[in-house]
Amino acid sequence: MSTTTLSRGKRREISLAPNYLVLLLLLGFALGPLMVLVFNSLKTQAEIGSNPLGPPQSFMWENFTKAWEVGNFAVTTRNSGILVAVTVAAVLALGGMAAYSLAKLDLPGAGLVTLYLLIGTSLPLQLFLVPLFFTWQRLGLVNNLLGLAIIYVATNAPFAVFLLRSYMLQLPRDFEDAARVDGAGEWQIFTGIVVPLSWPGFLTVGLVVALSVWNEFLLATVFLTDQELFTVVTSYYNFSSRFSRDWSLTSAAALMMILPVVVIFLALQRRFVEGLTQGGLKG
Amino acid sequence: MQQTLTLPEGTIASRKADKRRAFFRRKVVPWLFVLPILSINILVVAAPAFSSVYFSMTKWSGIGSAEWIGLANYQALLADPGFHHAFMNNVLWLAMFLTVPIGMALIAASLLAPIRRGAIVFRLSLFIPYVLPSVVSAALWRSLFSPDRGIPALLTDMGIPGFDKAFLGDSRTALPAIAFIDNWHWWGFLMVLFLASMQNIPPDLYESARLDGANRWQEFRDVTLPGIRPTIVFMILMTTIWSFLTFDYIWILTQGGPARATEVLAVLVFKEAFRNFNAGYAAAIGLTMSFFVGCVIAGFQVLRRRGWEI
Repeated sequence: MSTTTLSRGKRREISLAPNYLVLLLLLGFALGPLMVLVFNSLKTQAEIGSNPLGPPQSFMWENFTKAWEVGNFAVTTRNSGILVAVTVAAVLALGGMAAYSLAKLDLPGAGLVTLYLLIGTSLPLQLFLVPLFFTWQRLGLVNNLLGLAIIYVATNAPFAVFLLRSYMLQLPRDFEDAARVDGAGEWQIFTGIVVPLSWPGFLTVGLVVALSVWNEFLLATVFLTDQELFTVVTSYYNFSSRFSRDWSLTSAAALMMILPVVVIFLALQRRFVEGLTQGGLKG
Repeated sequence: MQQTLTLPEGTIASRKADKRRAFFRRKVVPWLFVLPILSINILVVAAPAFSSVYFSMTKWSGIGSAEWIGLANYQALLADPGFHHAFMNNVLWLAMFLTVPIGMALIAASLLAPIRRGAIVFRLSLFIPYVLPSVVSAALWRSLFSPDRGIPALLTDMGIPGFDKAFLGDSRTALPAIAFIDNWHWWGFLMVLFLASMQNIPPDLYESARLDGANRWQEFRDVTLPGIRPTIVFMILMTTIWSFLTFDYIWILTQGGPARATEVLAVLVFKEAFRNFNAGYAAAIGLTMSFFVGCVIAGFQVLRRRGWEI
Protein backbone atom coordinates (compact mmCIF):
# COMPACT_ATOMS: atom_id res chain seq x y z
CA MET A 1 0.00 0.00 0.00
CA SER A 2 2.67 2.44 1.06
CA THR A 3 4.84 1.57 -1.93
CA THR A 4 2.03 2.29 -4.38
CA THR A 5 1.20 5.63 -2.80
CA LEU A 6 4.88 6.46 -2.76
CA SER A 7 5.32 5.56 -6.40
CA ARG A 8 2.21 7.51 -7.31
CA GLY A 9 3.66 10.48 -5.47
CA LYS A 10 6.92 10.09 -7.32
CA ARG A 11 5.18 9.60 -10.62
CA ARG A 12 3.69 13.07 -10.38
CA GLU A 13 7.19 14.47 -10.68
CA ILE A 14 7.20 13.52 -14.36
CA SER A 15 4.76 15.74 -16.18
CA LEU A 16 1.82 13.88 -17.63
CA ALA A 17 0.90 16.68 -20.03
CA PRO A 18 2.52 15.05 -23.09
CA ASN A 19 0.69 11.82 -22.26
CA TYR A 20 -2.65 13.61 -22.25
CA LEU A 21 -1.82 15.42 -25.47
CA VAL A 22 -1.02 12.28 -27.45
CA LEU A 23 -3.93 10.39 -25.92
CA LEU A 24 -6.32 13.19 -26.86
CA LEU A 25 -5.14 12.96 -30.47
CA LEU A 26 -5.75 9.20 -30.46
CA LEU A 27 -9.13 9.77 -28.84
CA GLY A 28 -9.99 12.10 -31.70
CA PHE A 29 -8.93 9.43 -34.16
CA ALA A 30 -11.15 6.84 -32.47
CA LEU A 31 -14.22 8.99 -31.87
CA GLY A 32 -13.97 11.60 -34.64
CA PRO A 33 -15.50 9.35 -37.31
CA LEU A 34 -18.34 8.48 -34.94
CA MET A 35 -18.97 12.19 -34.36
CA VAL A 36 -19.26 12.66 -38.12
CA LEU A 37 -21.71 9.76 -38.16
CA VAL A 38 -23.89 11.44 -35.54
CA PHE A 39 -23.66 14.82 -37.33
CA ASN A 40 -24.59 13.42 -40.72
CA SER A 41 -27.48 11.40 -39.41
CA LEU A 42 -29.21 14.70 -38.63
CA LYS A 43 -28.47 16.62 -41.85
CA THR A 44 -30.50 17.01 -44.99
CA GLN A 45 -29.02 15.66 -48.19
CA ALA A 46 -28.43 19.23 -49.39
CA GLU A 47 -26.57 20.15 -46.24
CA ILE A 48 -24.28 17.15 -46.55
CA GLY A 49 -23.36 18.40 -50.02
CA SER A 50 -22.20 21.74 -48.67
CA ASN A 51 -21.00 20.58 -45.23
CA PRO A 52 -20.08 16.90 -45.32
CA LEU A 53 -18.02 16.66 -42.12
CA GLY A 54 -19.02 19.46 -39.73
CA PRO A 55 -21.80 19.74 -37.14
CA PRO A 56 -25.36 19.96 -38.48
CA GLN A 57 -27.36 23.15 -38.94
CA SER A 58 -30.63 21.28 -39.23
CA PHE A 59 -32.02 18.44 -37.17
CA MET A 60 -33.70 16.03 -39.51
CA TRP A 61 -35.08 13.46 -37.09
CA GLU A 62 -37.12 12.09 -40.01
CA ASN A 63 -33.88 10.53 -41.30
CA PHE A 64 -34.26 7.88 -38.62
CA THR A 65 -37.85 6.95 -39.40
CA LYS A 66 -37.05 6.89 -43.09
CA ALA A 67 -33.96 4.72 -42.56
CA TRP A 68 -35.97 2.40 -40.31
CA GLU A 69 -38.48 1.84 -43.08
CA VAL A 70 -36.21 1.80 -46.12
CA GLY A 71 -33.71 -0.41 -44.31
CA ASN A 72 -36.47 -2.86 -43.34
CA PHE A 73 -35.28 -2.62 -39.75
CA ALA A 74 -38.46 -4.08 -38.28
CA VAL A 75 -37.68 -7.39 -39.97
CA THR A 76 -33.90 -7.36 -39.67
CA THR A 77 -33.95 -6.45 -35.97
CA ARG A 78 -36.32 -9.33 -35.37
CA ASN A 79 -34.02 -11.73 -37.28
CA SER A 80 -30.90 -10.59 -35.46
CA GLY A 81 -32.79 -10.70 -32.17
CA ILE A 82 -33.87 -14.29 -32.75
CA LEU A 83 -30.32 -15.31 -33.69
CA VAL A 84 -28.88 -13.62 -30.61
CA ALA A 85 -31.50 -15.01 -28.24
CA VAL A 86 -31.35 -18.60 -29.48
CA THR A 87 -27.55 -18.65 -29.68
CA VAL A 88 -27.00 -17.08 -26.27
CA ALA A 89 -29.54 -19.35 -24.58
CA ALA A 90 -28.09 -22.49 -26.14
CA VAL A 91 -24.46 -21.50 -25.55
CA LEU A 92 -25.12 -20.68 -21.91
CA ALA A 93 -27.15 -23.84 -21.25
CA LEU A 94 -25.06 -26.36 -23.17
CA GLY A 95 -21.71 -24.62 -22.62
CA GLY A 96 -22.49 -24.28 -18.92
CA MET A 97 -23.23 -27.99 -18.68
CA ALA A 98 -19.97 -28.90 -20.37
CA ALA A 99 -18.05 -26.44 -18.19
CA TYR A 100 -19.63 -27.97 -15.09
CA SER A 101 -18.58 -31.43 -16.16
CA LEU A 102 -15.02 -30.31 -16.87
CA ALA A 103 -14.67 -28.26 -13.70
CA LYS A 104 -16.57 -30.25 -11.10
CA LEU A 105 -17.08 -33.83 -12.27
CA ASP A 106 -14.16 -36.10 -12.91
CA LEU A 107 -14.97 -36.41 -16.58
CA PRO A 108 -13.08 -39.45 -17.86
CA GLY A 109 -11.14 -38.16 -20.87
CA ALA A 110 -11.38 -34.51 -19.83
CA GLY A 111 -7.94 -33.82 -21.30
CA LEU A 112 -9.08 -35.07 -24.67
CA VAL A 113 -12.22 -32.90 -24.65
CA THR A 114 -10.18 -29.83 -23.68
CA LEU A 115 -7.67 -30.52 -26.41
CA TYR A 116 -10.44 -30.94 -28.96
CA LEU A 117 -12.01 -27.61 -27.99
CA LEU A 118 -8.61 -25.91 -28.07
CA ILE A 119 -7.92 -27.17 -31.58
CA GLY A 120 -11.46 -26.17 -32.52
CA THR A 121 -10.77 -22.55 -31.57
CA SER A 122 -7.78 -22.31 -33.87
CA LEU A 123 -9.38 -23.91 -36.92
CA PRO A 124 -10.09 -21.30 -39.55
CA LEU A 125 -13.68 -20.92 -40.71
CA GLN A 126 -12.54 -21.43 -44.30
CA LEU A 127 -11.50 -24.98 -43.49
CA PHE A 128 -15.03 -26.17 -42.80
CA LEU A 129 -17.14 -23.46 -44.45
CA VAL A 130 -17.50 -25.04 -47.90
CA PRO A 131 -18.56 -28.59 -46.92
CA LEU A 132 -20.65 -27.18 -44.09
CA PHE A 133 -22.58 -24.95 -46.46
CA PHE A 134 -23.43 -27.75 -48.87
CA THR A 135 -24.34 -30.12 -46.01
CA TRP A 136 -26.60 -27.45 -44.53
CA GLN A 137 -28.15 -26.93 -47.93
CA ARG A 138 -29.03 -30.61 -48.17
CA LEU A 139 -30.50 -30.54 -44.67
CA GLY A 140 -32.65 -27.52 -45.51
CA LEU A 141 -30.80 -25.40 -42.95
CA VAL A 142 -29.67 -22.68 -45.37
CA ASN A 143 -31.96 -19.64 -45.25
CA ASN A 144 -33.07 -20.83 -41.85
CA LEU A 145 -32.40 -18.79 -38.71
CA LEU A 146 -32.18 -21.91 -36.57
CA GLY A 147 -29.67 -23.44 -38.97
CA LEU A 148 -27.40 -20.41 -38.61
CA ALA A 149 -27.91 -20.32 -34.84
CA ILE A 150 -26.63 -23.91 -34.60
CA ILE A 151 -23.43 -22.83 -36.36
CA TYR A 152 -23.02 -19.86 -34.01
CA VAL A 153 -23.50 -22.17 -31.02
CA ALA A 154 -20.74 -24.43 -32.32
CA THR A 155 -18.27 -21.63 -33.11
CA ASN A 156 -18.86 -19.85 -29.79
CA ALA A 157 -18.86 -23.02 -27.70
CA PRO A 158 -15.13 -23.39 -26.96
CA PHE A 159 -14.77 -19.83 -25.68
CA ALA A 160 -17.89 -20.21 -23.52
CA VAL A 161 -16.81 -23.54 -22.08
CA PHE A 162 -13.32 -22.30 -21.20
CA LEU A 163 -14.49 -19.07 -19.59
CA LEU A 164 -17.30 -20.73 -17.61
CA ARG A 165 -15.01 -23.52 -16.52
CA SER A 166 -12.51 -21.04 -15.12
CA TYR A 167 -15.33 -19.38 -13.15
CA MET A 168 -16.60 -22.68 -11.80
CA LEU A 169 -13.12 -23.82 -10.78
CA GLN A 170 -13.00 -20.89 -8.36
CA LEU A 171 -16.15 -22.00 -6.52
CA PRO A 172 -15.53 -23.80 -3.22
CA ARG A 173 -16.46 -27.48 -3.32
CA ASP A 174 -18.18 -27.44 0.12
CA PHE A 175 -21.66 -26.52 -1.12
CA GLU A 176 -21.81 -29.20 -3.76
CA ASP A 177 -20.35 -31.82 -1.47
CA ALA A 178 -22.96 -31.00 1.17
CA ALA A 179 -25.69 -31.28 -1.47
CA ARG A 180 -24.25 -34.57 -2.69
CA VAL A 181 -24.30 -35.99 0.83
CA ASP A 182 -27.95 -34.91 1.04
CA GLY A 183 -28.62 -37.01 -2.05
CA ALA A 184 -28.92 -34.29 -4.68
CA GLY A 185 -28.32 -35.38 -8.28
CA GLU A 186 -25.71 -33.66 -10.46
CA TRP A 187 -28.40 -31.87 -12.43
CA GLN A 188 -29.86 -30.41 -9.23
CA ILE A 189 -26.42 -29.34 -8.07
CA PHE A 190 -25.69 -27.77 -11.45
CA THR A 191 -28.91 -25.77 -11.72
CA GLY A 192 -29.43 -25.12 -8.00
CA ILE A 193 -25.91 -24.30 -6.80
CA VAL A 194 -23.25 -23.93 -9.47
CA VAL A 195 -25.18 -21.79 -11.96
CA PRO A 196 -26.42 -19.27 -9.36
CA LEU A 197 -22.92 -18.98 -7.89
CA SER A 198 -21.16 -18.45 -11.22
CA TRP A 199 -23.66 -16.01 -12.74
CA PRO A 200 -21.02 -13.31 -13.43
CA GLY A 201 -19.36 -15.78 -15.76
CA PHE A 202 -22.65 -16.48 -17.49
CA LEU A 203 -23.32 -12.76 -17.86
CA THR A 204 -19.88 -12.15 -19.35
CA VAL A 205 -20.19 -15.03 -21.79
CA GLY A 206 -23.73 -13.99 -22.69
CA LEU A 207 -22.63 -10.44 -23.48
CA VAL A 208 -19.66 -11.47 -25.59
CA VAL A 209 -21.62 -14.08 -27.53
CA ALA A 210 -24.51 -11.66 -28.07
CA LEU A 211 -22.12 -9.03 -29.43
CA SER A 212 -20.35 -11.47 -31.73
CA VAL A 213 -23.65 -12.80 -33.13
CA TRP A 214 -25.14 -9.32 -33.55
CA ASN A 215 -22.03 -8.18 -35.44
CA GLU A 216 -21.25 -11.36 -37.38
CA PHE A 217 -20.88 -10.92 -41.13
CA LEU A 218 -19.31 -13.83 -43.07
CA LEU A 219 -21.55 -16.68 -41.92
CA ALA A 220 -24.68 -14.55 -42.09
CA THR A 221 -23.84 -13.55 -45.68
CA VAL A 222 -23.27 -17.15 -46.73
CA PHE A 223 -26.13 -18.84 -44.92
CA LEU A 224 -28.92 -16.26 -45.25
CA THR A 225 -29.53 -15.12 -48.82
CA ASP A 226 -33.28 -14.57 -48.56
CA GLN A 227 -33.94 -10.83 -48.03
CA GLU A 228 -36.63 -11.53 -45.46
CA LEU A 229 -34.05 -13.36 -43.32
CA PHE A 230 -31.28 -10.75 -43.53
CA THR A 231 -29.74 -9.74 -40.23
CA VAL A 232 -29.21 -6.12 -39.29
CA VAL A 233 -25.61 -6.46 -40.48
CA THR A 234 -26.13 -8.18 -43.83
CA SER A 235 -29.07 -5.91 -44.59
CA TYR A 236 -26.96 -2.84 -43.82
CA TYR A 237 -24.26 -4.19 -46.12
CA ASN A 238 -26.69 -4.05 -49.05
CA PHE A 239 -28.33 -0.87 -47.85
CA SER A 240 -25.07 1.05 -47.54
CA SER A 241 -23.98 0.18 -51.06
CA ARG A 242 -27.42 0.90 -52.52
CA PHE A 243 -27.59 4.33 -50.83
CA SER A 244 -23.87 5.02 -50.77
CA ARG A 245 -24.43 8.63 -51.84
CA ASP A 246 -27.19 9.26 -49.31
CA TRP A 247 -25.04 9.87 -46.26
CA SER A 248 -27.86 11.09 -44.06
CA LEU A 249 -29.77 7.85 -44.57
CA THR A 250 -26.79 5.51 -44.17
CA SER A 251 -25.60 7.43 -41.11
CA ALA A 252 -29.00 7.29 -39.45
CA ALA A 253 -29.28 3.57 -40.15
CA ALA A 254 -25.77 2.92 -38.83
CA LEU A 255 -26.49 4.89 -35.69
CA MET A 256 -29.61 2.86 -34.98
CA MET A 257 -27.58 -0.33 -35.32
CA ILE A 258 -24.74 0.64 -33.06
CA LEU A 259 -26.58 2.65 -30.42
CA PRO A 260 -27.90 -0.35 -28.46
CA VAL A 261 -24.48 -1.99 -28.68
CA VAL A 262 -22.61 1.09 -27.45
CA VAL A 263 -25.10 1.79 -24.64
CA ILE A 264 -24.96 -1.80 -23.35
CA PHE A 265 -21.19 -1.79 -23.72
CA LEU A 266 -20.79 1.40 -21.68
CA ALA A 267 -23.22 0.18 -19.01
CA LEU A 268 -21.49 -3.16 -18.55
CA GLN A 269 -18.02 -2.23 -19.76
CA ARG A 270 -16.07 -4.12 -17.12
CA ARG A 271 -17.67 -7.47 -18.02
CA PHE A 272 -17.37 -6.74 -21.73
CA VAL A 273 -13.70 -5.87 -21.60
CA GLU A 274 -12.94 -8.85 -19.39
CA GLY A 275 -14.86 -11.23 -21.63
CA LEU A 276 -13.61 -9.81 -24.91
CA THR A 277 -9.98 -9.76 -23.90
CA GLN A 278 -10.20 -13.33 -22.64
CA GLY A 279 -12.09 -14.32 -25.75
CA GLY A 280 -9.44 -12.63 -27.86
CA LEU A 281 -6.78 -14.57 -26.07
CA LYS A 282 -8.50 -17.74 -27.00
CA GLY A 283 -8.84 -16.91 -30.63
CA MET B 1 -30.63 -52.56 7.68
CA GLN B 2 -31.90 -55.47 9.71
CA GLN B 3 -33.44 -56.96 6.63
CA THR B 4 -30.31 -56.74 4.50
CA LEU B 5 -28.41 -58.48 7.22
CA THR B 6 -30.78 -61.42 7.21
CA LEU B 7 -31.11 -61.59 3.43
CA PRO B 8 -27.61 -61.87 1.96
CA GLU B 9 -28.83 -62.37 -1.63
CA GLY B 10 -30.64 -59.05 -1.43
CA THR B 11 -27.46 -57.38 -0.25
CA ILE B 12 -25.48 -58.63 -3.18
CA ALA B 13 -28.18 -57.51 -5.58
CA SER B 14 -28.41 -54.05 -4.03
CA ARG B 15 -24.62 -53.78 -3.94
CA LYS B 16 -24.55 -54.53 -7.61
CA ALA B 17 -27.21 -51.90 -8.17
CA ASP B 18 -25.20 -49.47 -6.04
CA LYS B 19 -22.12 -50.19 -8.07
CA ARG B 20 -23.99 -49.69 -11.28
CA ARG B 21 -25.45 -46.46 -9.96
CA ALA B 22 -22.03 -45.26 -8.84
CA PHE B 23 -20.57 -46.14 -12.23
CA PHE B 24 -23.40 -44.30 -13.94
CA ARG B 25 -22.91 -41.26 -11.76
CA ARG B 26 -19.10 -41.15 -11.93
CA LYS B 27 -18.49 -42.15 -15.55
CA VAL B 28 -21.66 -41.67 -17.58
CA VAL B 29 -23.27 -38.54 -16.11
CA PRO B 30 -20.19 -36.36 -16.73
CA TRP B 31 -20.32 -37.35 -20.39
CA LEU B 32 -24.03 -36.59 -20.60
CA PHE B 33 -23.21 -33.02 -19.57
CA VAL B 34 -20.55 -32.63 -22.26
CA LEU B 35 -22.20 -34.47 -25.12
CA PRO B 36 -24.76 -31.90 -26.36
CA ILE B 37 -22.28 -29.11 -27.07
CA LEU B 38 -19.61 -31.53 -28.19
CA SER B 39 -21.88 -33.17 -30.76
CA ILE B 40 -22.97 -29.79 -32.14
CA ASN B 41 -19.35 -28.75 -32.43
CA ILE B 42 -18.36 -31.98 -34.14
CA LEU B 43 -21.29 -31.70 -36.55
CA VAL B 44 -20.48 -28.10 -37.51
CA VAL B 45 -16.69 -27.92 -37.23
CA ALA B 46 -14.88 -31.26 -37.06
CA ALA B 47 -16.88 -33.33 -39.53
CA PRO B 48 -16.89 -30.72 -42.33
CA ALA B 49 -13.23 -29.98 -41.62
CA PHE B 50 -12.36 -33.63 -42.20
CA SER B 51 -14.56 -33.92 -45.27
CA SER B 52 -12.76 -30.82 -46.58
CA VAL B 53 -9.68 -32.98 -46.98
CA TYR B 54 -11.64 -35.35 -49.23
CA PHE B 55 -13.42 -32.64 -51.21
CA SER B 56 -10.15 -30.81 -51.82
CA MET B 57 -9.15 -33.80 -53.95
CA THR B 58 -12.30 -33.74 -56.05
CA LYS B 59 -13.89 -31.77 -58.82
CA TRP B 60 -17.11 -30.70 -57.14
CA SER B 61 -19.61 -27.96 -57.84
CA GLY B 62 -21.12 -28.21 -54.38
CA ILE B 63 -24.28 -29.82 -55.65
CA GLY B 64 -24.34 -33.39 -56.89
CA SER B 65 -21.54 -35.88 -56.68
CA ALA B 66 -17.86 -35.10 -56.40
CA GLU B 67 -15.42 -36.53 -58.92
CA TRP B 68 -12.11 -37.78 -57.51
CA ILE B 69 -9.16 -36.04 -59.16
CA GLY B 70 -6.37 -36.67 -56.65
CA LEU B 71 -3.98 -33.79 -56.15
CA ALA B 72 -4.98 -31.91 -59.31
CA ASN B 73 -6.50 -29.02 -57.33
CA TYR B 74 -3.26 -28.53 -55.45
CA GLN B 75 -1.25 -28.64 -58.67
CA ALA B 76 -3.60 -26.06 -60.16
CA LEU B 77 -3.23 -23.98 -57.00
CA LEU B 78 0.55 -23.91 -57.18
CA ALA B 79 0.39 -22.81 -60.81
CA ASP B 80 -2.38 -20.25 -60.23
CA PRO B 81 -0.99 -16.67 -60.34
CA GLY B 82 -4.19 -15.54 -58.58
CA PHE B 83 -3.27 -17.73 -55.62
CA HIS B 84 0.29 -16.37 -55.45
CA HIS B 85 -1.01 -12.84 -55.69
CA ALA B 86 -3.56 -13.43 -52.91
CA PHE B 87 -0.94 -15.04 -50.72
CA MET B 88 1.37 -12.03 -51.17
CA ASN B 89 -1.51 -9.76 -50.18
CA ASN B 90 -1.89 -11.78 -46.98
CA VAL B 91 1.82 -11.34 -46.34
CA LEU B 92 1.53 -7.60 -46.95
CA TRP B 93 -1.45 -7.52 -44.59
CA LEU B 94 0.64 -9.36 -42.00
CA ALA B 95 3.47 -6.85 -42.33
CA MET B 96 1.07 -3.94 -41.81
CA PHE B 97 -0.68 -5.50 -38.83
CA LEU B 98 2.52 -6.59 -37.09
CA THR B 99 3.74 -3.00 -37.09
CA VAL B 100 1.08 -0.28 -37.08
CA PRO B 101 -1.53 -1.50 -34.56
CA ILE B 102 1.02 -3.05 -32.21
CA GLY B 103 3.08 0.14 -32.29
CA MET B 104 0.06 2.38 -31.72
CA ALA B 105 -1.26 0.16 -28.94
CA LEU B 106 2.12 0.06 -27.18
CA ILE B 107 2.49 3.82 -27.31
CA ALA B 108 -1.06 4.52 -26.13
CA ALA B 109 -0.99 1.89 -23.38
CA SER B 110 2.32 3.09 -21.97
CA LEU B 111 1.09 6.69 -22.02
CA LEU B 112 -2.18 5.69 -20.37
CA ALA B 113 -0.71 3.40 -17.70
CA PRO B 114 0.57 6.16 -15.36
CA ILE B 115 -2.59 8.24 -15.73
CA ARG B 116 -5.26 8.17 -13.03
CA ARG B 117 -7.54 11.10 -13.79
CA GLY B 118 -9.73 10.42 -16.81
CA ALA B 119 -8.10 7.06 -17.46
CA ILE B 120 -11.44 5.29 -17.84
CA VAL B 121 -12.65 7.81 -20.41
CA PHE B 122 -9.62 7.14 -22.60
CA ARG B 123 -9.79 3.41 -22.10
CA LEU B 124 -13.46 3.17 -23.04
CA SER B 125 -13.32 5.65 -25.92
CA LEU B 126 -10.37 3.95 -27.56
CA PHE B 127 -12.10 0.59 -27.16
CA ILE B 128 -15.47 1.61 -28.63
CA PRO B 129 -14.58 1.10 -32.32
CA TYR B 130 -13.85 -2.54 -31.48
CA VAL B 131 -17.47 -3.27 -30.54
CA LEU B 132 -18.89 -1.85 -33.80
CA PRO B 133 -19.96 -4.22 -36.58
CA SER B 134 -17.52 -4.34 -39.48
CA VAL B 135 -20.16 -3.21 -41.98
CA VAL B 136 -20.68 0.04 -40.08
CA SER B 137 -16.99 0.89 -39.66
CA ALA B 138 -16.41 0.02 -43.32
CA ALA B 139 -19.32 2.08 -44.67
CA LEU B 140 -18.44 5.01 -42.42
CA TRP B 141 -14.84 5.09 -43.59
CA ARG B 142 -15.84 4.56 -47.20
CA SER B 143 -17.69 7.88 -47.00
CA LEU B 144 -14.83 9.51 -45.11
CA PHE B 145 -12.44 8.36 -47.84
CA SER B 146 -14.62 9.63 -50.66
CA PRO B 147 -12.52 12.00 -52.81
CA ASP B 148 -15.19 14.62 -53.44
CA ARG B 149 -16.51 15.30 -49.94
CA GLY B 150 -14.59 13.16 -47.45
CA ILE B 151 -11.33 13.81 -45.62
CA PRO B 152 -9.27 13.80 -48.87
CA ALA B 153 -11.41 16.70 -50.12
CA LEU B 154 -10.90 18.53 -46.84
CA LEU B 155 -7.12 18.08 -46.96
CA THR B 156 -7.00 19.10 -50.63
CA ASP B 157 -9.00 22.24 -49.84
CA MET B 158 -6.51 23.03 -47.09
CA GLY B 159 -3.81 22.92 -49.75
CA ILE B 160 -2.19 19.65 -48.71
CA PRO B 161 -1.16 17.81 -51.89
CA GLY B 162 -1.37 14.08 -52.58
CA PHE B 163 -4.83 13.40 -51.22
CA ASP B 164 -6.84 14.16 -54.30
CA LYS B 165 -7.67 10.57 -55.20
CA ALA B 166 -9.91 7.62 -54.49
CA PHE B 167 -7.79 5.56 -52.14
CA LEU B 168 -10.13 2.57 -52.21
CA GLY B 169 -10.50 2.64 -55.98
CA ASP B 170 -6.80 2.76 -56.84
CA SER B 171 -5.20 -0.66 -57.06
CA ARG B 172 -1.96 0.63 -55.51
CA THR B 173 -3.55 2.15 -52.40
CA ALA B 174 -6.67 0.01 -51.92
CA LEU B 175 -5.13 -2.65 -49.68
CA PRO B 176 -3.37 -0.21 -47.32
CA ALA B 177 -6.57 1.86 -47.19
CA ILE B 178 -8.60 -1.19 -46.13
CA ALA B 179 -5.92 -2.09 -43.58
CA PHE B 180 -6.13 1.46 -42.22
CA ILE B 181 -9.89 1.06 -41.72
CA ASP B 182 -9.60 -2.40 -40.17
CA ASN B 183 -6.89 -1.06 -37.89
CA TRP B 184 -9.10 1.82 -36.76
CA HIS B 185 -11.48 -0.77 -35.37
CA TRP B 186 -8.78 -3.13 -34.08
CA TRP B 187 -5.96 -1.25 -32.38
CA GLY B 188 -7.97 -0.08 -29.33
CA PHE B 189 -8.61 -3.68 -28.38
CA LEU B 190 -4.90 -4.37 -28.51
CA MET B 191 -4.28 -1.26 -26.42
CA VAL B 192 -6.62 -2.48 -23.66
CA LEU B 193 -4.88 -5.88 -23.63
CA PHE B 194 -1.45 -4.28 -23.32
CA LEU B 195 -2.70 -1.86 -20.66
CA ALA B 196 -4.11 -4.69 -18.54
CA SER B 197 -0.79 -6.46 -18.83
CA MET B 198 1.19 -3.32 -17.91
CA GLN B 199 -0.88 -2.82 -14.79
CA ASN B 200 0.47 -6.14 -13.52
CA ILE B 201 4.05 -4.86 -13.59
CA PRO B 202 5.17 -4.22 -9.98
CA PRO B 203 5.49 -0.43 -9.38
CA ASP B 204 8.81 -0.98 -7.57
CA LEU B 205 10.45 -1.74 -10.90
CA TYR B 206 9.59 1.74 -12.16
CA GLU B 207 10.65 3.14 -8.82
CA SER B 208 14.12 1.69 -9.02
CA ALA B 209 14.46 2.55 -12.70
CA ARG B 210 13.75 6.15 -11.83
CA LEU B 211 16.20 6.10 -8.95
CA ASP B 212 18.78 4.94 -11.48
CA GLY B 213 17.96 8.05 -13.46
CA ALA B 214 16.16 6.34 -16.34
CA ASN B 215 14.30 8.60 -18.74
CA ARG B 216 10.91 7.80 -20.27
CA TRP B 217 12.37 5.86 -23.18
CA GLN B 218 14.71 3.82 -20.99
CA GLU B 219 11.86 3.10 -18.61
CA PHE B 220 9.74 1.88 -21.51
CA ARG B 221 12.52 -0.23 -22.98
CA ASP B 222 13.87 -1.73 -19.75
CA VAL B 223 10.76 -2.10 -17.58
CA THR B 224 7.55 -1.91 -19.61
CA LEU B 225 8.51 -3.97 -22.66
CA PRO B 226 10.05 -6.88 -20.74
CA GLY B 227 7.11 -6.76 -18.31
CA ILE B 228 4.45 -7.30 -20.96
CA ARG B 229 6.54 -9.48 -23.23
CA PRO B 230 4.33 -12.59 -22.96
CA THR B 231 1.29 -10.57 -24.04
CA ILE B 232 3.15 -9.00 -26.96
CA VAL B 233 4.46 -12.34 -28.15
CA PHE B 234 1.03 -13.90 -27.87
CA MET B 235 -0.56 -11.10 -29.86
CA ILE B 236 2.15 -11.39 -32.52
CA LEU B 237 1.22 -15.06 -32.83
CA MET B 238 -2.51 -14.27 -33.05
CA THR B 239 -1.92 -11.42 -35.51
CA THR B 240 0.05 -13.77 -37.73
CA ILE B 241 -2.72 -16.35 -37.69
CA TRP B 242 -5.50 -13.82 -38.25
CA SER B 243 -3.60 -12.16 -41.09
CA PHE B 244 -3.88 -15.37 -43.08
CA LEU B 245 -7.62 -15.52 -42.45
CA THR B 246 -8.64 -11.88 -42.89
CA PHE B 247 -11.87 -11.42 -44.83
CA ASP B 248 -14.56 -9.07 -43.54
CA TYR B 249 -13.22 -5.60 -44.28
CA ILE B 250 -11.80 -6.56 -47.65
CA TRP B 251 -14.99 -8.24 -48.80
CA ILE B 252 -17.20 -5.42 -47.57
CA LEU B 253 -15.11 -2.61 -49.05
CA THR B 254 -13.83 -3.94 -52.38
CA GLN B 255 -14.78 -7.63 -52.77
CA GLY B 256 -11.17 -8.15 -53.79
CA GLY B 257 -11.13 -5.38 -56.39
CA PRO B 258 -10.22 -3.14 -58.13
CA ALA B 259 -8.95 -5.66 -60.68
CA ARG B 260 -8.22 -8.30 -58.00
CA ALA B 261 -5.78 -5.91 -56.30
CA THR B 262 -7.06 -6.67 -52.80
CA GLU B 263 -7.77 -10.36 -53.16
CA VAL B 264 -6.61 -12.40 -50.18
CA LEU B 265 -6.92 -16.15 -49.67
CA ALA B 266 -10.25 -15.97 -47.82
CA VAL B 267 -11.73 -13.90 -50.66
CA LEU B 268 -10.56 -16.55 -53.13
CA VAL B 269 -12.27 -19.30 -51.12
CA PHE B 270 -15.50 -17.32 -51.05
CA LYS B 271 -15.44 -16.53 -54.78
CA GLU B 272 -14.50 -20.04 -55.87
CA ALA B 273 -17.08 -21.73 -53.63
CA PHE B 274 -20.08 -19.46 -53.94
CA ARG B 275 -19.54 -17.54 -57.18
CA ASN B 276 -17.71 -19.94 -59.50
CA PHE B 277 -19.07 -23.16 -57.94
CA ASN B 278 -15.60 -24.71 -57.74
CA ALA B 279 -16.25 -26.09 -54.28
CA GLY B 280 -13.48 -28.67 -54.53
CA TYR B 281 -10.92 -26.04 -55.50
CA ALA B 282 -12.22 -23.74 -52.75
CA ALA B 283 -11.79 -26.54 -50.21
CA ALA B 284 -8.18 -26.95 -51.39
CA ILE B 285 -7.51 -23.24 -50.82
CA GLY B 286 -9.20 -23.41 -47.41
CA LEU B 287 -7.07 -26.38 -46.46
CA THR B 288 -3.93 -24.60 -47.63
CA MET B 289 -4.84 -21.62 -45.42
CA SER B 290 -5.25 -23.98 -42.48
CA PHE B 291 -1.88 -25.47 -43.34
CA PHE B 292 -0.29 -22.00 -43.10
CA VAL B 293 -1.95 -21.46 -39.72
CA GLY B 294 -0.72 -24.84 -38.56
CA CYS B 295 2.82 -23.94 -39.68
CA VAL B 296 2.69 -20.68 -37.71
CA ILE B 297 1.58 -22.46 -34.53
CA ALA B 298 4.12 -25.25 -35.03
CA GLY B 299 6.87 -22.69 -35.68
CA PHE B 300 6.13 -20.97 -32.40
CA GLN B 301 6.16 -24.28 -30.56
CA VAL B 302 9.52 -25.20 -32.08
CA LEU B 303 11.04 -21.86 -31.08
CA ARG B 304 9.67 -22.31 -27.58
CA ARG B 305 11.14 -25.80 -27.31
CA ARG B 306 14.48 -24.44 -28.46
CA GLY B 307 14.45 -22.28 -25.36
CA TRP B 308 13.21 -18.99 -26.77
CA GLU B 309 11.33 -17.25 -24.01
CA ILE B 310 8.04 -16.91 -25.86
